[in-house]
Amino acid sequence: MNISEERRFKIRNFKNHLMISLCLIALLIGLIPLISILFEVITKGISQINFDFLTQEIYPLGQPGGGIGPAIQGTFIVILIACLIGIPIGVFSGIYLAEYPYSKMTFIAGFLNDILSNMPSIVIGIFAWILIVSVTGWSILAGGFALGIMMLPLITKATEESIKIVPTNLREAALALGIPNWKTTLTITVPTAKKGIITGILLAISRVAGETAPLLLTILGSRFFLTSFFEPTAALPLTIFNSSQSPFKYIDWPKAWGASFVLIFLVLIINVAVRLLTREKFKK
Amino acid sequence: MNKIQVENLNVWFSNKHVLNDINLNIEKNKVTAIIGPSGCGKTTLIRSMNRMHDLLPDAKVIGSITMDNYNIYGNNNKNKSIDSVLVRRKIGMVFQKPNPFPTMSIFDNVIAGLKLKGISNKKDLKNLVQKYLKLTNLWDEVKEDLDKSGISLSGGQQQRLCIARALAVEPEVILMDEPCSALDPIATGKIENLINELKKEYTVVIVTHNMQQAARIADFTCFIYLGELIEFGKTTQIFENPQNQLTENYITGRFG
Repeated sequence: MNISEERRFKIRNFKNHLMISLCLIALLIGLIPLISILFEVITKGISQINFDFLTQEIYPLGQPGGGIGPAIQGTFIVILIACLIGIPIGVFSGIYLAEYPYSKMTFIAGFLNDILSNMPSIVIGIFAWILIVSVTGWSILAGGFALGIMMLPLITKATEESIKIVPTNLREAALALGIPNWKTTLTITVPTAKKGIITGILLAISRVAGETAPLLLTILGSRFFLTSFFEPTAALPLTIFNSSQSPFKYIDWPKAWGASFVLIFLVLIINVAVRLLTREKFKK
Repeated sequence: MNKIQVENLNVWFSNKHVLNDINLNIEKNKVTAIIGPSGCGKTTLIRSMNRMHDLLPDAKVIGSITMDNYNIYGNNNKNKSIDSVLVRRKIGMVFQKPNPFPTMSIFDNVIAGLKLKGISNKKDLKNLVQKYLKLTNLWDEVKEDLDKSGISLSGGQQQRLCIARALAVEPEVILMDEPCSALDPIATGKIENLINELKKEYTVVIVTHNMQQAARIADFTCFIYLGELIEFGKTTQIFENPQNQLTENYITGRFG
């Protein structure tokens, strides 16, 4: 190798290292907020966690003791209602968009879906407020409805995209066996895309679990356990919000950290549980 | 005896005229090979025979293809349109790339099409799985692993699994679109032997790039070039005494 070639190699190597270093630095900068949030929540929150904290009613601001039991219960129920609305409608819409990519409806609905997924959550909250709360009063059904609408575009998009990447040759194989179109979709395409669909649902749940604005407008918040579908109800994000706004920083702020820890932990549990459930059926 | 009759078949994809006035008779219980250079329309022709073009919105098929005097595109005597699902049950297909269903076990792959026929008796299904895996010479290789994933097999085994799957719905015609192009010579040999077995009970149409393969297994061969059927006849005649200059050039390797 002569001198000039060697030099070119050195410059190329240097550029290569420079590029990788820049990417790595960007990655590290991006990780700083995430890790510091997790660190703060865990160190400040975990010390609050005990049986009473998880099961007791919420005490008024400024009063020591109590727990976040109603908030955990409320969050679970409101997410459940949201799932009942968001998952079936979202999955079937996604199937339609993926299976009929050339129809006019798909063009319009796909566009509207993108708009809906960027809709500010407060607007969806107001929508649910006018539609349900203004008629029936504060209701966890309205909260579930608002969160369900928020989940809808996310699940639709995830379903559409995961079905679209199912190889055409699998669909063709099924059709060539004389399996009708709808049955091909249900028995071949959707199961093959299952992982992506479930991941989409999961992300949607995690996304709405921490929503505060629509819940403020629909379930308002409460200190007590749920007894009826038509009453103000507690939820973790609302409890975090209320406690953190309290002037009693030594009494209520730690409760907010505790509730934040529980919320993050719940999202983590949902993630892990679904990952385990959707593990590959066959070992390769 | 004619099994499938293709008459004045024209196929367009959007504005592209892919097949031009194809006329072809496929004989019953024989192997018919379709050869020709890449992009000549071989695959388009074979896919029109079980209406796979229905899936593409910009594909247009004009002309008629009849099986046992029954028009598979639309109208029989009663002017009643025929369901493509029915056509595909009678005319099965094996694809270029092995495509077992990845979410199903080997067992379930074989019976994937059968379940539709309402066969749910476990013993019957077991016997059928055994029958078709034996027919495709796969049984001895997989009998211990029937509950493993279909994609855990080697490429050649996967292709034989796909053939078993296609045969299990009891079609009368098997279309094969370059079934060996992704396989090594040993796996190819196994599938060629299988095709020879199959013609006792089925009518086979095979698209192939490999002229030696056509010469080895086909009773009839048709040569397609630029969307036109150039020559069709007994394989021996096409290979030993082609009537058309283009056919001769292709077969002797002067182009394509």
